[in-house]
Amino acid sequence: MSEKVLMKGNEAIAEAAIRAGCRHYFGYPITPQTEIAAYMAKRMPKIGGCFLQAESEISAINMVYGVAGTGYRVMTSSSSPGISLKGEGISYLAGADLPALIVNVQRGGPGLGGIQPSQADYFQATKGGGHGDFHLIVMAPASVQEMADMTAKCFDLSDKYRVPAMILADGTMGQMMEPVVLPEPVDYCKEKDWAVTGTKGKRKHNIINSLYLKPEELEKINFERFERYKVIEENECLYEEFMMEDAEICVVAFGIASRVSKNAIVAAREQGIKVGMIRPITLWPFPKKPFRAAADKVKAFISVELSMGQMIEDVLLATECRKPVTLCNRSGGMIPSPEQVLEAIKNAAGGNK
Amino acid sequence: MAIVFKKPHALTDAPFHYCPGCTHGIIHRLVAEAIDELGCEGNAIGVAPVGCAVMAYDYFACDMVEAAHGRAPAIATGLKRTFPENVIFTYQGDGDLASIGMAETVHAAARNENITVIFVNNAIYGMTGGQMAPTSLPGQITQTSPYGRDVNTVGYPIKVSEMLSTLDGPEFIQRVAVNNVKNVLAAKKAIKKAFQNQIEGKGFSLVEVVSSCPTNWGLTPQKALEWVEEKMIPYYPLGVYKDRSAKKEEK
Repeated sequence: MSEKVLMKGNEAIAEAAIRAGCRHYFGYPITPQTEIAAYMAKRMPKIGGCFLQAESEISAINMVYGVAGTGYRVMTSSSSPGISLKGEGISYLAGADLPALIVNVQRGGPGLGGIQPSQADYFQATKGGGHGDFHLIVMAPASVQEMADMTAKCFDLSDKYRVPAMILADGTMGQMMEPVVLPEPVDYCKEKDWAVTGTKGKRKHNIINSLYLKPEELEKINFERFERYKVIEENECLYEEFMMEDAEICVVAFGIASRVSKNAIVAAREQGIKVGMIRPITLWPFPKKPFRAAADKVKAFISVELSMGQMIEDVLLATECRKPVTLCNRSGGMIPSPEQVLEAIKNAAGGNK
Repeated sequence: MAIVFKKPHALTDAPFHYCPGCTHGIIHRLVAEAIDELGCEGNAIGVAPVGCAVMAYDYFACDMVEAAHGRAPAIATGLKRTFPENVIFTYQGDGDLASIGMAETVHAAARNENITVIFVNNAIYGMTGGQMAPTSLPGQITQTSPYGRDVNTVGYPIKVSEMLSTLDGPEFIQRVAVNNVKNVLAAKKAIKKAFQNQIEGKGFSLVEVVSSCPTNWGLTPQKALEWVEEKMIPYYPLGVYKDRSAKKEEK
């Protein structure tokens, strides 16, 4: 087992990707994720890998598309405005059923927004983020350890289901340093019967493509892809429950918001308020099961977000609106304080009239 | 009886969808002949564009990738960086390569990415029904320049071969045409060289092929070829614009 090292979240992603067998990275500079590119620029040439700074995010995601077509592990990273530019390529990856890892270390938006942490790309990440019918597998880390672990997990799931995966982190996760145990280096199967490798004169040509001019055919492909999504929804949902056994109030938060919320929950418990938290770890598929169960038990839900309220819609859907759901949020790069979350908990418990 | 002429092995049996008189068919054939003669079909991976040649992935017998509009050189970069020993080529039109994909084209050339680019310039967007292209000639009437391309409002055509040859990066840039037998033979030679260069590790090789679009030019196939000779070639002169290795040999 590897020993603990102190690392920035962004660097942990980069090293974990290399250990997962990724030897191709393409990116374009943007704050606050540039450490990933810098790390790759240093490491890749030493291990026979490829680091290439592309001329744009659009080119970077299409270089990813090229490598993904060969069946080799490949990744790119960016931050919110850059992810919008990658949207085209992400839709093509999904349409061609190509595995790849996309990391979004979010910053405030819309537009050029700011460079401080945000979770305002939740809709973009979980509802498609490009044109057409598709989903990404989306994971939201809440520690540097999870930045590393999820990188490995995303590569595996993306390979397994031929669905592109995204790590939806925020500027805090990218920039903060924590002790981390890096995953052991692994090899993976590069031989895929669908990949373009050259026919070697031994088989009919393979085609990586998302164009289907016959609507019946495109519909069939989309239905088949959504059958695969169903399997992912059944098998790959991840979440953490914190102090939920006897909870009457349920906080819902992911990423940095869940870290802040844990402090607020502990403080509220000290004041006698029975409160707990469900932390979705996979944002798509959204873990609906614990919410259905909690909706029978708790009085209210509080969605704590670094956005104007995006995940709250999935909470409403998952709880089938059976209990009130309120929003506790900051936006534009601001982070809710534990005090703000505590106030929201007290309000929900009926303490603050 | 001896076979004296047959379809290249690197083309599939799928019937082309191209309009009568369109020269894409000739250019496909030249690419396939080059692949056959160099014996690299089993190693080749082609990247098809968005535009009239969008279905090229069905026509070439090698492994193929269908790109987003203009992104073929970026995808080819990903492929080549994974499989340096494979022969990677893109096949792109003027809207794809010189408008929406200009950044990808210029930067792949500047990096001297060891790929082969076949650039088909017919001065119009064919697939979408005949809109003005970055290479439409001054005064040329198209669906989106119905009074003729007015250079005062929409600017001038882009001469891709001339422009790319100013870069230090690329190995080989040549403009050819396929409007008569002589030009077809010269085009074949250039295309083969562009593949040969890649196999020899020389770097970015682009062949611009001046092509015709009778349907959207509103001309008969025969008249379209005449228009290539009389209008296109004077504006887009044929020739070798860059050949770094030849230059070295001279020295």
